[in-house]
Amino acid sequence: MRILLIGAWSAAFCLTAGFAQDVTVIQNATIHTVTKGTMKGSIVIRDGKIAEVGEKVMTPSGARVIDAAGKHVIPGIIDCHTHIAVDAINEGSVSVSSMVGVGDVVNSEGKDIYRALAGGVTTANVLHGSANAIGGKNVLLKMRWGKDADALVFQEALPSIKFALGENPKRAGQATGFQAPGAQQNLRYPGTRMGVEDVIREAFLRAQEYQKEWKAYEAKKSKGEAALPPRRDLQMEPLVEVLEGKRLVHAHCYRADEILMLLRVAEEFHFKIATLQHVLEGYKLAKEIAAAGVGASTFSDWWSYKVEAYDAIPYNAAIMHKKGVLVSLNSDDAGGAELMRRLNTEAGKMMKYGGLTEDEALAMITINPAKQLKIDQYVGSIEAGKQADLVIYDKDPLSIYSKVEKVFIDGNQYFDREKDLEERPKQDARKKGLLEKEKETEKRNAPLSRRPS
Amino acid sequence: MLLKSLSLFVLAGAAFLPLQAEPPSLIAIQDARIITVSGAVLEKGTVVLRDGIIADVGAAITIPKGAWVVDGKGLTVYPGLIDGFSTWGIPDGAPVAATPGGRAAAPVSAPAGTPAPARSQGPADRPGTNSWVTAADLVKTSDRRLDAARGAGFTSAATFPRPGLVGGHGALVNLAGENAGRMVVEPGIGLLLSMGGGGYTGYPTSSMGMISYYRQLWIDAGHYKLNKEMYAQSPATIERPGYDRALEGVLAAKKVFLPAAGPMQLERALKLAAELKATPVIYGAVEGYRMAATLKKTSTPVILNVKWPVKDREADPERVDSIRTLELRDKAPESPAALVAAGVKFAVSSDGIDNPKDVIKALKRSIDLGLKKEDALRALTLSAAEIHGVGARLGSIDKGKIANLVVTNGDLFDDKTKVQMVFIDGVKYLPPPETPPTPRGGAAPTAPGNETQEEVEH
Repeated sequence: MRILLIGAWSAAFCLTAGFAQDVTVIQNATIHTVTKGTMKGSIVIRDGKIAEVGEKVMTPSGARVIDAAGKHVIPGIIDCHTHIAVDAINEGSVSVSSMVGVGDVVNSEGKDIYRALAGGVTTANVLHGSANAIGGKNVLLKMRWGKDADALVFQEALPSIKFALGENPKRAGQATGFQAPGAQQNLRYPGTRMGVEDVIREAFLRAQEYQKEWKAYEAKKSKGEAALPPRRDLQMEPLVEVLEGKRLVHAHCYRADEILMLLRVAEEFHFKIATLQHVLEGYKLAKEIAAAGVGASTFSDWWSYKVEAYDAIPYNAAIMHKKGVLVSLNSDDAGGAELMRRLNTEAGKMMKYGGLTEDEALAMITINPAKQLKIDQYVGSIEAGKQADLVIYDKDPLSIYSKVEKVFIDGNQYFDREKDLEERPKQDARKKGLLEKEKETEKRNAPLSRRPS
Repeated sequence: MLLKSLSLFVLAGAAFLPLQAEPPSLIAIQDARIITVSGAVLEKGTVVLRDGIIADVGAAITIPKGAWVVDGKGLTVYPGLIDGFSTWGIPDGAPVAATPGGRAAAPVSAPAGTPAPARSQGPADRPGTNSWVTAADLVKTSDRRLDAARGAGFTSAATFPRPGLVGGHGALVNLAGENAGRMVVEPGIGLLLSMGGGGYTGYPTSSMGMISYYRQLWIDAGHYKLNKEMYAQSPATIERPGYDRALEGVLAAKKVFLPAAGPMQLERALKLAAELKATPVIYGAVEGYRMAATLKKTSTPVILNVKWPVKDREADPERVDSIRTLELRDKAPESPAALVAAGVKFAVSSDGIDNPKDVIKALKRSIDLGLKKEDALRALTLSAAEIHGVGARLGSIDKGKIANLVVTNGDLFDDKTKVQMVFIDGVKYLPPPETPPTPRGGAAPTAPGNETQEEVEH
């Protein structure tokens, strides 16, 4: 009996010991929880989740301790609109490309993942492009650099789809340039904003028909009648999911008129738009957007890159926020992750343009996009129970002088500024070695005629 | 027959034809070094070929009466080489752009004068799906590339129709025969899926579109099959399915050949094959050295493209490539050894290589980097046969197998070695002359970029 007890005790001890190894404590930091204010204190990370946050926390012995005195911690930044880490962005051949998904071509080796990490981004909404009125399926990724494509996917998230209004989806429908008589351009309907509305409506009418077909079949089947099931249609399935509220819609848009159009179409088909993306004229109809319960994801001060993006102001985000719209700021980055690396300063601009508080500004790149993407129960703030996606800055994160020092996702560290700097000369040496080796190989394999005598 | 042979001989200037009007049906190669691949090397042995089959092989074999004897002193006999992924035998079948396997494969453009390609309006349109096309219907003995292929020691190839997104069904063919039909060893070895293709415009244009397209194609084939089965049960109540050649072709696929350049594309290809419930064979694999573990874990065979990536000589001299590109060029020739070390079954392909001899040269480079010769040889013979389902009939020198042999005057991977003759279905063929006798001779067409490779110092 005694032996058994000792056995049990030592087993328990082992578990605890193993446990303590998996615990990380970030101490003495200025913690911007975003939802529960800012404090000086510690964060305990256990099993990839935030176990405790507070001024005084219990630290298990054997835990990995990170002293963050003088440093700032914020929740991992969530970028609500990117096109990074995928091998394809647009399936531009058709106006309704709902059958395709960027999730099928995730480029897990895309350097932008690491660049995003270096800017404090831990979650990126990777969207299909805007070439089609109804675009393809999107994928939500965590920046787990080094993992394969499947392991990057934010598993708990709802699936989503891209819509696009205005110039981009109608561009392929307009004849351009000089045309020789009789020459034929492969124009794609629609070529106008009216056409964009029509394409969306027609697609959902078809989706409703498709839904009915399946319901009729299920009814027949339940009665025991022999019936051929309808052909599964990969183009229609995501639209049925939208109708059933199982798939979020992120809609690319600029102008007030087309935004109202989309809200009315959604109302007609009884579904909800999750976010309006870009939405540069959102300030003109903030009340209507708020009333529809639709989110808005915009830029701080980036516009005039095309006609429909001219009527913009830097106060857009703040005005929409003050009128009750859930607002986030995004990068829309494709290659290079340029804006993505400084979303913290994009948020900072909102304090200047519109006088938002520090928390309100930070919320636009953390908890607000989390809410828009329906992942706020998992990420977006520093609260016990949430996934430990955290960024340590050397200074106040809203300052342009601040730098990201460490980034954690699910409690695992994926970026370390010091290590990165240490690695650089090693990488340079490796590259130099490869270049020299190639030169040698070339010389050895060169045909006689090309060899110096 | 004799007259025809002679006239062809004169016309093409090619010596790579059976020398006799009636090829002998009983041949013995005596006292040669025999590399059986399946068993031990015979330093001095004899192979007997009867009616196109290997009748006997061994060290102490009595030569049957009436046999035509080849004195094998100083000669080495190998099983005929097999190109694992080819277009040989299909005239004009060479892809315009090489398909290194999923990475930016340029669409094959239609030759001038042909009508504009069909435009696909969406998933239900299938202009790029040639799943009813089979290589076995397309092969011809007159393909001019066969001469050069045999001259390098190749006697068979897994050949595929290329145009389109779904190219069609591949066939394992011998590289000579009395007629096209006799060339075919196995008509349906699997369906070729590309990630480029061409022959159509419109949907799909992107890699994600292609993946979704394949998904829908297989769903449609499954639905078509179900419809046919239910209709056969109750023709009075179930609507009669319309015959669809594209879907029939999909249903007939025993395997699918999918491209994958590196580990990422491999992950996608394996996921897609699992969704389609199809047995995959991977082709391309230029980053094979990084794919070995996954290929082994999933028991996926691979057909390795041995056109090793090289620095573009026309590129801006100021340009410095990324560390990834440099590493790829450095490591690619180590792929065969990495696959062997992991225990992955692989064959090699001539894809994108104009001169068949360069396939052997490419493997020689891998051998210099540590690949064992017998492993290189196995990839060229028995492994290729096994991957394509003809391992019981081809790929090694064993009694009862098809009499496809290559006879050389030394080690196959030695640059100085010359192919002396090949046997296909027991019929002897001689290699084409070294230099083309006429400007349009039948010898190996050499691509501009490869001309200088002939001068490599040995």
